[in-house]
Amino acid sequence: MSASAADRAGRRRLLFALPLLAFVGVGAFLALGLGRDPSQLPSALVGREAPDFALPPLEGRDEHGLSRADLGGGRPMLVNFWASWCVPCRVEHPILDRLARDGVTIQGVNHKDMPDKARAFLEELGDPYDLVGSDRQGRVSIDWGVYGVPETYLLDGQGRIRYRHVGPLQERDLKKLLPMLEEAR
Amino acid sequence: MRRLAMLLLALFLVAGPALGALSPDEELADPALEARARALSKELRCLVCQNQSIDDSDADLARDLRLIVRERLLAGEDESQIKAYLTERYGDFVLLTPPVRPATWALWFGPLLLLAGGGALCVVFLRRRRTGLVEPEPLGPDEQARLRALLAERGKETSP
Repeated sequence: MSASAADRAGRRRLLFALPLLAFVGVGAFLALGLGRDPSQLPSALVGREAPDFALPPLEGRDEHGLSRADLGGGRPMLVNFWASWCVPCRVEHPILDRLARDGVTIQGVNHKDMPDKARAFLEELGDPYDLVGSDRQGRVSIDWGVYGVPETYLLDGQGRIRYRHVGPLQERDLKKLLPMLEEAR
Repeated sequence: MRRLAMLLLALFLVAGPALGALSPDEELADPALEARARALSKELRCLVCQNQSIDDSDADLARDLRLIVRERLLAGEDESQIKAYLTERYGDFVLLTPPVRPATWALWFGPLLLLAGGGALCVVFLRRRRTGLVEPEPLGPDEQARLRALLAERGKETSP
């Protein structure tokens, strides 16, 4: 076999390997996509100031309500969107209670709920919230880009949104959340 | 008769969601504005079901967004203003047709690029094959001698 024939054979072997390489590439790309949770959408608000809003109080809980002016003020905090009819909210509630006991400020937005049901929920499971605003129409939630309760936003001391968590907070999420709270000071 | 009516009512209530997501109380009185609202709703993604438009979706949030679309149209806003309002809150993901911008170039032009690349490869491959087939490598002197010997042998065998 002459040198050029050997060359050509080598090139042909490379050509045969090409589909395999392409397969591995596409496979790796798809495998990455499989590992992702499609419900965890990035928030359009991360890095921005919290939207302006003013919510009336949850009847019978406090007189104050919750508004943009209550956020920031030099202390990082969580803003939690919840409802008494929402089962995952029930799941995450003990974690919120514990965070509040550990000194984390948590503001609540009660999303499309009945005030008496919401109060009963807090009486039963504990009340971790500093303030609670009642968003019966769900419009403030839309301003925040909420698409399903529970959602939790981490705000820094200037009232800027640093992070959004979709779904119930769980033990494993705290590893990420607590250092971020510390850093947002 | 009364029982039958109740049964029909119950069936109708069960079938209700299948008849379409838009409920009559959401519709605008002005048919032209309502048509615009429906067309726009078909371009907006329901964030809960993700692969349905808010026009198709029964989700609570989709209903709220349909109402917002109608409120804003009534207030005199145009389609692009409403889209801007929603992308400010929900990001580009809320648009079922992603906008063309540098970050989405790969998405928009990638397939075309792949097609062009594949086409170019095909052309190169086919051309090379055509020329490659008509020009086999010439035989060396050894090979020619061996061929002559084989042909001579075969000639002896077949001739009587």
